[in-house]
Amino acid sequence: MDYGHSERPSGAAALPTAIKILVAGGFGVGKTTMVGAVSETRPLRTEEVLTESGVGIDDLSGVETKQTTTVAMDFGRITISDDLVLYLFGTPGQDRFWFVWDELALGAIGAVVLADTRRLADCFPSIDYFEGRGTPFLVAVNCFEGARQYRLDEVQAALNLDPEVPVLLCDARNRESAKEVLITLVEHAMKVRDARRRAE
Amino acid sequence: MTVQGESAEHQWVDDHAGPVVRPYAVTGGRARPVTGTFDLISLVTATRKDVSPEIGIGPEHLAIVGLCQRMQSVAEIAAHLDLPVGTVRVLLGDLVARNLVQIREPQSTLGIPDHSIFEAVINGLRAL
Repeated sequence: MDYGHSERPSGAAALPTAIKILVAGGFGVGKTTMVGAVSETRPLRTEEVLTESGVGIDDLSGVETKQTTTVAMDFGRITISDDLVLYLFGTPGQDRFWFVWDELALGAIGAVVLADTRRLADCFPSIDYFEGRGTPFLVAVNCFEGARQYRLDEVQAALNLDPEVPVLLCDARNRESAKEVLITLVEHAMKVRDARRRAE
Repeated sequence: MTVQGESAEHQWVDDHAGPVVRPYAVTGGRARPVTGTFDLISLVTATRKDVSPEIGIGPEHLAIVGLCQRMQSVAEIAAHLDLPVGTVRVLLGDLVARNLVQIREPQSTLGIPDHSIFEAVINGLRAL
């Protein structure tokens, strides 16, 4: 028993613990769809009510009646085992809520950035955010019907991504496809972690 | 008043009507919990089967204890009770102070996850 950290389990994952993965991207790109495709229940919604002090980043001048802002987050749960639960959080669609992003990203093992090739620029803020924070991420191109298919190296070049960042095609509605995206992300996150360990 | 399962309370108002009670009324005006920080994915388990009403313990506290007979995250509690996360954190602080719930901090606060966690997640996802 480690008395210095009484909350800490003595063995790895000996006690129930939770980890999270974020699903980010522009508005309407399929974040909640992907969360729902792999979660054990339909996506749940939770809300943070930001009071005036919390929304200092928002310019509320001229909107005197508006004292609070509500930010909704959709999320899902995957029970990996009795002692390990994975939560998937869709980031709030409005990129200006960085306050909430910081809370979500804290301790996340990685992030999926969903992209739509018809509106590729919509995922720039997410990519910038995770690059800046050092959160391992990948880009999953959601294949919308009617969208022109680009080659993955074209997308990689257009997004100016580090060559190590995985880029893959997906169908956010499809469970197997969403699973594949998550597995690729966790494998990537593990590689990033190991590389950082070696560099230390 | 008779309550017939969960649906009875939802018949009063639909989602579009918004909350009947303002979030801070539920916490008695408090914005911060008396103890703890409560990450969105901190796992909460009730320490008792049920709790008798007492001073300082409201219906929302009792609802949390009921819900957490099975381990739930802070985010799940907020979603199921249809309360903002900030409100749930205050209520959880009260329950922790009375030893009515146990909190399991997420892996991230215990340090960088080791290989076994990553492998367990990959294998778990493959097995879905």
